[in-house]
Amino acid sequence: MANNNSIKTKLIYTFIAWTISGLIFFPILWTLITSFKTEAEAISASPSLFMFDWTLENYEDVLARSPYFNHFWNSIVISIGSSILGLLIAIPAAWSMAFVQTKRTKNLLMWMLSTKMLPPVGVLIPIYLLFRDFGLLDTKVGLVIVMTLINLPIMVWMLYTYFREIPNEVLEAARMDGASIGEEILYVLLPIALPGIASTLLLNVILAWNEAFWTLILTAANAAPLTAFIASYSSPEGLFYAKLSAASAMAIVPILILGWFSQKQLVRGLSFGAVK
Amino acid sequence: MGSIHLKQVTKDFGDVSVIKPIDLEIKDGEFIVFVGPSGCGKSTLLRMIAGLEDTTSGTIEIDGQDATTTPPAKRGLAMVFQSYALYPHMSVRNNIAFPLKRAKINDDIIEEKIASVAKTLNLTDYLDRKPGQLSGGQRQRVAIGRAIVRQPSAFLFDEPLSNLDASLRVNMRLEISELHKSLNTTMVYVTHDQVEAMTMADRIAVFNGGIIEQVGSPLELYNNPANRFVAGFIGSPKINFIDIEPSTIDGTCSLGIRPEHIEISTTGGQWAGKIGVIEHLGSETFLHVHVDGHDTFTVKTSGDCPFKYGDEIYLSPQKNKLLHFDATGKTLPNIA
Repeated sequence: MANNNSIKTKLIYTFIAWTISGLIFFPILWTLITSFKTEAEAISASPSLFMFDWTLENYEDVLARSPYFNHFWNSIVISIGSSILGLLIAIPAAWSMAFVQTKRTKNLLMWMLSTKMLPPVGVLIPIYLLFRDFGLLDTKVGLVIVMTLINLPIMVWMLYTYFREIPNEVLEAARMDGASIGEEILYVLLPIALPGIASTLLLNVILAWNEAFWTLILTAANAAPLTAFIASYSSPEGLFYAKLSAASAMAIVPILILGWFSQKQLVRGLSFGAVK
Repeated sequence: MGSIHLKQVTKDFGDVSVIKPIDLEIKDGEFIVFVGPSGCGKSTLLRMIAGLEDTTSGTIEIDGQDATTTPPAKRGLAMVFQSYALYPHMSVRNNIAFPLKRAKINDDIIEEKIASVAKTLNLTDYLDRKPGQLSGGQRQRVAIGRAIVRQPSAFLFDEPLSNLDASLRVNMRLEISELHKSLNTTMVYVTHDQVEAMTMADRIAVFNGGIIEQVGSPLELYNNPANRFVAGFIGSPKINFIDIEPSTIDGTCSLGIRPEHIEISTTGGQWAGKIGVIEHLGSETFLHVHVDGHDTFTVKTSGDCPFKYGDEIYLSPQKNKLLHFDATGKTLPNIA
């Protein structure tokens, strides 16, 4: 009886899990399918899921019309650049918060996190003016800086959680063994925390890759990443759904692949310290 | 060289005073054990000597030099931690080599030293293993190897054997004692286990509530404890305390008698009692005797003890072995 119940419960949970996953994945699937339709089929009143004439013409058009690889390169530079720069700042910050705690460390961490709750538009004008005055508008350097700043609180938090799991005694042993603070971080802390650092890096690459608000505002042609490239397909003349879908697919596929291969690492990194 | 001199050293955590002013001189080559109950400040003081905790006031001198504010790396001391604190991502070889590499020692010399330490500690076959692939005892040996390889002026041990099982602990205790004899380097050893303290130390410092109650050789502390706390802490099984009416002659408020200093008789004696639990250890027997009007006494007797549970016996202390304590717990001279 109990066995029947547990199978029933499992079935219900599995059904719910698949339904929710399907709902979440459906827009992506729809985008991918639409990208292989003609514009007429894409806006058809009775759209078909699979039964249509599959075509690659949208991809050809998009590649012919826009410098996709330039945008792709910009996305890579901005996401990886900002994640590495962020790590360089976040590692020492998280180290000091995890191992040299003061009475105010917790407050500082909360304050850092609270900045993520601020709507970005709240700092739009000052950042835009600063970028204009420093000549950073439409530059990759400018975007790397802004992405670093946006994602820094999350990086510090993630690394802090990871570092807190490392016994302080191991670092103290390094100090007793004659290591300077830099050597202690480089030779002992970082190798031990490598899985955490890798997942922090991965998550921030994904966040920076998908960021659209600042990339649309601060770039035009030179530094525009793939998010700006997608947006360029929504024009005042109307939406070309099939081409927009093809552009979207080309923008999200690289990060989807990265996410797919690193999902184990990401889930481990995000749930680290939550359960012990 | 490896003398350590603590002068009026204190440590406060906020408003809490963890170490009250302490003066202690540790001689070069000495094996001193800090012993005391949990939270008495012994580990904190060791960490202050190591430089891992700041000193609130007072001076720590190492080899005559003021090292109060010197960073841990520059004190020339090595520490062995309770949790071994090995670098989990490095092989045994690299763990041992780590302090030498930080000191920028030539690679050939490092290899030589690793080989020599590995031989001393029976680690030669494990040099390429990671700490996770070693047993507790082997890990502790690696931690000791990492400490001795840099030839420090003194070793600091922070409860290094508490994670090991009982039999391994006895072996490691002997190994550390032998190491001390062969290296002849100062060792400061923290433990809450008074058996470890008694068996290993040249001198023991008994801590209680952030102060040192008494410093002396193991037998000095055992035979002539300065107060009731030291008498109760040192010795296994524990000393028996007997509260008495305050004496008008010398002010004795309580007496202490060790389990081996009580004589047993079936015909008569100072206290009558009934035997409770009997612990047979083979070579000796501990009797827990419920004494009329007092607590349970522990009595040590020979291994072939004829008594059984419930037997009525009489106990008498060896008068010259009785310890007398005043109202504050201070030991008074025995006038018997």
